[in-house]
Amino acid sequence: MLAERERAFRPFRLEGLERLWIAFAAVMLALFLGAGFILWAGKSPLVGYQALWQGSFGSLQNFAELTVSMTPLVFTGLSIAVAYRAGLFNIGAEGQFIVGQIAGAWAGAASVFTGWPMWAHLPVTLLAGFLAGGLWAAVPGLLKAYRGVHEVINTIMMNWIALYFTHWLVMGPLRADPIVPRTKDILPSAMLWRFLLPSRANLGIVVALLVALAVWYLMWKTTVGYGIRAVGYNPSAAEYAGIPVARHLLLAMIISGGLAGLGGAVWVSGVQLKFLDIFTFTGYGFDGIAVALLGNNHPLGVVGGAFLFGIFARGAQLMQSVADIPKEIISVVTAVVIILVAADQIIRGLGRRRSSRRAKEVAAHV
Amino acid sequence: MSDFWSSLTLLFQVGLFVSALRAATPLIFAALGGVFSERSGVVNIALDGIMLVGAFMAVMGSYFLKDPWLGLLIALVSGALFALLFGVIVIRYRADQVVTGVAFNMLALGLTGFLLRLIFHHAGQSPMVAKLPDWVIPFNRFPGLSRFPALQSFVDRWIQPVLGQHTPPVYLAIAAAFLAHYVLFRTPFGLRLRAVGEHPRAADTVGVNVYAMRYLAVGLSGALAGLGGATLSLGLLSSFIENMTSGRGFIALAAMIFGKWTPLGALGACLLFGFFDALQMLGQTLGFRVPREFFLMLPYLLTMAVLAGVIGRATPPAADGKPYDKSHA
Repeated sequence: MLAERERAFRPFRLEGLERLWIAFAAVMLALFLGAGFILWAGKSPLVGYQALWQGSFGSLQNFAELTVSMTPLVFTGLSIAVAYRAGLFNIGAEGQFIVGQIAGAWAGAASVFTGWPMWAHLPVTLLAGFLAGGLWAAVPGLLKAYRGVHEVINTIMMNWIALYFTHWLVMGPLRADPIVPRTKDILPSAMLWRFLLPSRANLGIVVALLVALAVWYLMWKTTVGYGIRAVGYNPSAAEYAGIPVARHLLLAMIISGGLAGLGGAVWVSGVQLKFLDIFTFTGYGFDGIAVALLGNNHPLGVVGGAFLFGIFARGAQLMQSVADIPKEIISVVTAVVIILVAADQIIRGLGRRRSSRRAKEVAAHV
Repeated sequence: MSDFWSSLTLLFQVGLFVSALRAATPLIFAALGGVFSERSGVVNIALDGIMLVGAFMAVMGSYFLKDPWLGLLIALVSGALFALLFGVIVIRYRADQVVTGVAFNMLALGLTGFLLRLIFHHAGQSPMVAKLPDWVIPFNRFPGLSRFPALQSFVDRWIQPVLGQHTPPVYLAIAAAFLAHYVLFRTPFGLRLRAVGEHPRAADTVGVNVYAMRYLAVGLSGALAGLGGATLSLGLLSSFIENMTSGRGFIALAAMIFGKWTPLGALGACLLFGFFDALQMLGQTLGFRVPREFFLMLPYLLTMAVLAGVIGRATPPAADGKPYDKSHA
């Protein structure tokens, strides 16, 4: 069991600067490949990537929308990063995000809270999302910590259970509309303040950045965070040093799930204002893997990664509507980024080959 | 009146088993693929994506070559190639298998969606293509069967209506499960494959090429998952719909675990999960008290229970998910 926990997490061992270079190279290579796909579709990559850029930086309104599309990614990215630091792989951020959404939608609209002031109702709504996500992740967390069951399969299973569970809730007990499956609108006291109208920009982005800061503080400035990282780095050594491994694994999983759930609640309270049943995954949980990987599982990196993939998400829509370029290209680009960062040997190999060729050239000149 | 009800329930029961078999077929192929891959030590979360690629390429083949059988073949080959690409990333470059699997699912979704627009100029769904014909197998005319009237009537009433008429993949999938069991547990190849997944260093020491075995297993898993996808697009339907697997690759993954990483166990699990799916569909038309979402959740809940050791205990191959590096001791 210990041997399994010692699974090597290669990103840890790399120096920060090299990680940054690999991330940069991966994004560039993926965009280059994406350009090939745009050409294949008979369109101009220049026009396509201009639409991608315009989607986020073309106007203040577009930039405001970028903050909207990056917000959930900050949360799911942080969620996966915290778990990763404990040596856990949480593919369940997707499901935790969904249950966070429905918990937020419930708490935001529940008649119990009618008449509550915003300073009380809003935090309760967001907390409901955190708790729901944390609870959802606690199941695989407990199974991992105390029964040694690998968390990957269980978190995948929990994703699907979340999908069907929330579907049932919104079709049955929480349904508020006979035609569209959706819950009640949340009360104004549970809404995050919107600015830069008519864009959907809201305080959610501020919450996200504050939470990123809090995660950094928790992980690098507190005993609990130290324990979590120690367990992730070397569980045997942590155990030997007297750190209760199982408890930290469970705790990391709950925090991780809570962060994703909080993201779901923030999405509801800032953007959707209700739970809308789409009966497919939102994709934020899976994109969060890309975000965390690119950001080297560090809060600052996660914010950067979310910024980048937020641009991609905005750009995909605009490339399709403005330049008639299939938006699926962006999924391909995202997938390639993940693959290239995960298989860092590829890019390092490319770099090494080039430098060794240069070394030979230099040697030939001498 | 009572006669009417008994015949009605009978009809539904036969229908239930028929739709259970149909729902199980794509799962069986993919789950067998999962067994081969994981037995060799490669976790294959990408099954769902490979199925999607198979489903799409099957329709492409049937559309352009006007022959659903060629479509099936193309699905098999393209599934294998897509899986081998995954194999290169995780075997040669030793990338994290789970992360890479997630990325390959995304890649499959993006690529099939992109090609759907590019080739069929259509978002969402491809045009209709020729699907696989039904095979009729007269179990009730088995020579000598009529000498046993009780058996004959049982076959007439149950076996023939449930098993007698299906698209070829249904029969192929069941045959494949038995074949896979034989290959994995009764041949030297199977022994080597399992050795590589349990203790690659030991296998390497006695001269088994770990990398080659893993590439073979992953390629085989892709071929099988590709067939599973083709079963969806050419067997159940006759066109490709965007993201048409809707998570069946993950149910197959669950079935593989529920079946404790064995081909016959996976077959049983797929039939069970197919049965849940059929119940869920029947429940929608009959208006069951139990919500259909419960049946949809059941495969995942059961798999978690098995993993946790609540019902039986499932233990993965020892080296499952661990990249092998020949040069490191």
